[in-house]
Amino acid sequence: MARQEQKKDVVIVGLGWTGSIAGIELAREGLDIVALERGHDQATVPDFKYPNQIDELKYGVRLKMMQKPSQQTLTVRRNGGETALPYRSLGSFLPGNGVGGAGTHWNGLNWRPQPEEMKLRSYVTETWGEEIIPEGMNLGDYPVSYDELEPYFTHFEKVAGISGKAGNVNGEIREGGNPFEGWRSEDYPMPQQKRTWDSQKFHDACTAAGYHPFQAPAGIASTAYVNPYGMQMGPCNYCGFCERYGCYQYSKSSPQTAILDALKRMPNFEYRTQSEVLRVELAEDGKTATGVTYWDEAAQEEVFQPADIVILSSFSLNNVHLMLLSGLGEAYDPLTGTGTLGKNYAYQMNGGVTMFFEDDHFNPFVGHGANGVCIDDFSVNQNDFGALGFIGGSYWRSGTFNGQPIRNMPLPKGTPSWGAGWKDGIGKWYGHAMSIGSHGSHMSYANNHLDLDPTYTDRHGRPMMRMTFNWQDNDLRMNQYQKSRMEPLAQSMNPDLMQSSFKDIGAQYDVRPYQTTHNTGGHIMSETASEGAVNRYCQTWKAHNVFAMGAGNFVQNTQYNPTGLVGGLAYWTVNAIRTQYLSNPRPLV
Amino acid sequence: MTDIPGLPSRRSFLKGSAAGVALTGLALSAAEAEAAPPVPLDQYEREYLTADEWAFVMAATARLIPSDGDGPGAIEARVPVFIDRQLAGDYGRADDWYMEGPHDASAAPARGWQTPLSPAEVYRQGIPAFDAWCETTYGAAFAALDADRQDEALAALQKGEPGLDPELRDFFTILLANTKEGYFADPLYGGNHGMQAWVYIGFPGARAAYREWPERHNIEYPLGPVSISGERA
Repeated sequence: MARQEQKKDVVIVGLGWTGSIAGIELAREGLDIVALERGHDQATVPDFKYPNQIDELKYGVRLKMMQKPSQQTLTVRRNGGETALPYRSLGSFLPGNGVGGAGTHWNGLNWRPQPEEMKLRSYVTETWGEEIIPEGMNLGDYPVSYDELEPYFTHFEKVAGISGKAGNVNGEIREGGNPFEGWRSEDYPMPQQKRTWDSQKFHDACTAAGYHPFQAPAGIASTAYVNPYGMQMGPCNYCGFCERYGCYQYSKSSPQTAILDALKRMPNFEYRTQSEVLRVELAEDGKTATGVTYWDEAAQEEVFQPADIVILSSFSLNNVHLMLLSGLGEAYDPLTGTGTLGKNYAYQMNGGVTMFFEDDHFNPFVGHGANGVCIDDFSVNQNDFGALGFIGGSYWRSGTFNGQPIRNMPLPKGTPSWGAGWKDGIGKWYGHAMSIGSHGSHMSYANNHLDLDPTYTDRHGRPMMRMTFNWQDNDLRMNQYQKSRMEPLAQSMNPDLMQSSFKDIGAQYDVRPYQTTHNTGGHIMSETASEGAVNRYCQTWKAHNVFAMGAGNFVQNTQYNPTGLVGGLAYWTVNAIRTQYLSNPRPLV
Repeated sequence: MTDIPGLPSRRSFLKGSAAGVALTGLALSAAEAEAAPPVPLDQYEREYLTADEWAFVMAATARLIPSDGDGPGAIEARVPVFIDRQLAGDYGRADDWYMEGPHDASAAPARGWQTPLSPAEVYRQGIPAFDAWCETTYGAAFAALDADRQDEALAALQKGEPGLDPELRDFFTILLANTKEGYFADPLYGGNHGMQAWVYIGFPGARAAYREWPERHNIEYPLGPVSISGERA
């Protein structure tokens, strides 16, 4: 018999970015709130303090801030004919763990999607016709537009503390910003960051080529800053330890730096760590949830937490898993197209060029996760899909982000991987290489989906989630196009040596090397209950008092890092709860 | 002096001792010279590896990152100490990994770690299996071979030629990865002795404060590394 806790107005599952946003906004409404966090508690002080955080082995390699597969993982196969095998040690993607979640260890790249990406199916069919959509691609529109989300993007950028330069303010194009971005109602809350030597070289080459370079929008403070919750940030010192680390000096945007200390002061909010939610409990009629059951690690027992509203704000993959286990929708069947949970799992299609300049000093350790100059000249709204033969696009970026030598040691092709040749190579080339990355869109496909595994179980005896995922030709063609445009630009910079790493047509998904933690979809937003798991307010179609946050809502992935859209959608959702739902709880669509 | 099979070679011994450090010409900072010298590698008290395994790790890492040429080798960096400690700890035991069955160790490499063995167990079973192949192929265990033969054997291991069981397939991969980790990790973990690997490539270690540097374009950063415990080099 599970222990039962006192009923709350709201239970929040997972205390990362979206759980923190829901927590503070609903606490300000006077609601009584508890957040349940699977992992440990962590704060800037003492957990991220200098110098202990500057430890590549512990955090960069042994991944001590990440979800432990021994606690929770999933199985992976490339297609329906394969037997899925557990993702036993982390490689391709790194879900976070503990208070702050992935918002603690991210790089800080904060983008809004392009307006066209929010209505991609309509954009494609109206511009080129439905016939260019490949067989097996589940191309969709988000059931909410860029214009509707714009105020919420702006608000999230103020909370998170984003540094950048606007390229489009209310339709007016501004020199030095991104001319291809969607309109902004105002400029970024902080000025753009500085330019390192590699990004300066890239900037100059782009200008010479007629492209439109701009500084990357960074969740990295460029000045002293106070956000709308009174939280303070200090300017970044380019320490080069962002991704996989907590920021030791309140410069990187995170739930810790932007929200949590303000939230923790509110008497109507509490949070419990080491509390892993096992399932959402549904009422007998199945139309609402009564609360959640979680595992209390300290007490080693199950606990029922009753609540009027359930906010699912764990990592996208864990949200989908919980929803599958709780019956919050029907599992998607790729053969019949029926069911919605697990549908449209998507990822990111990335590539890049590395250039070696024997006489240049790039000081690769001087940087931050969102450092660099970008171009959007080959992005979704700049590409002629009909002529190019794919749907999608990418942004390019060049800028030092870490010089940590265990993992960041680019060497010319042909350099031995060990022995005297390797040792000579690291001595000769460390600090003399720069790269340009292509960060590309990833569409949704019938093949790529999530469901429950028939064989493997987790430590609670629950079926693991199973990921079926492989690279698809459309996105690989997009990637090859970016290669064909990037190589001449790189060549124009006259490197001593250069080499490309773009997946070729036919590439198979490999779970070993790190690729990205932009795992999207699985509980997608939709216009109707037959197409997705949640409506335009991220309210589940199944139970109107359950709201699902995060990148699981993405209909297909955009070409950008997901946090900006995740944050905008979170504020959009919380606003709907505050202004529409609380006074009259019901399905909002 | 002839090296004796199965024992640390004279070369390894010298490299591991204070005399070896002096012979290979590594500069010691004043602070470091005042500190107590580290335990010579042949007197190091192992936490996980057996004597034979230690001999193998000493010999193999000495070829993966040799001492010749510029910069420290794995032996001067005390990489074997790092590996021993890592294997004795949570990494060696695969504490954070999902290790429940069923296992399909023969699955395609792209499916990731699928052996039922932890990294420490892969070393424990991989070393004698590889040594047996070296005996068959070259007539002696790996540690007793000359450097050229050792290089040849490691190259064969990297290509999978010894035909180790699928459960041991990633042996070379983790041996090489752990060697580089021990070379470049903070000295806290027993390797990268004196931060000489950082000095060699020009990585400032745990300095982590470069506010005035982003716009100093194309100027080499001048300061040497510091470690988490406050060492300087």
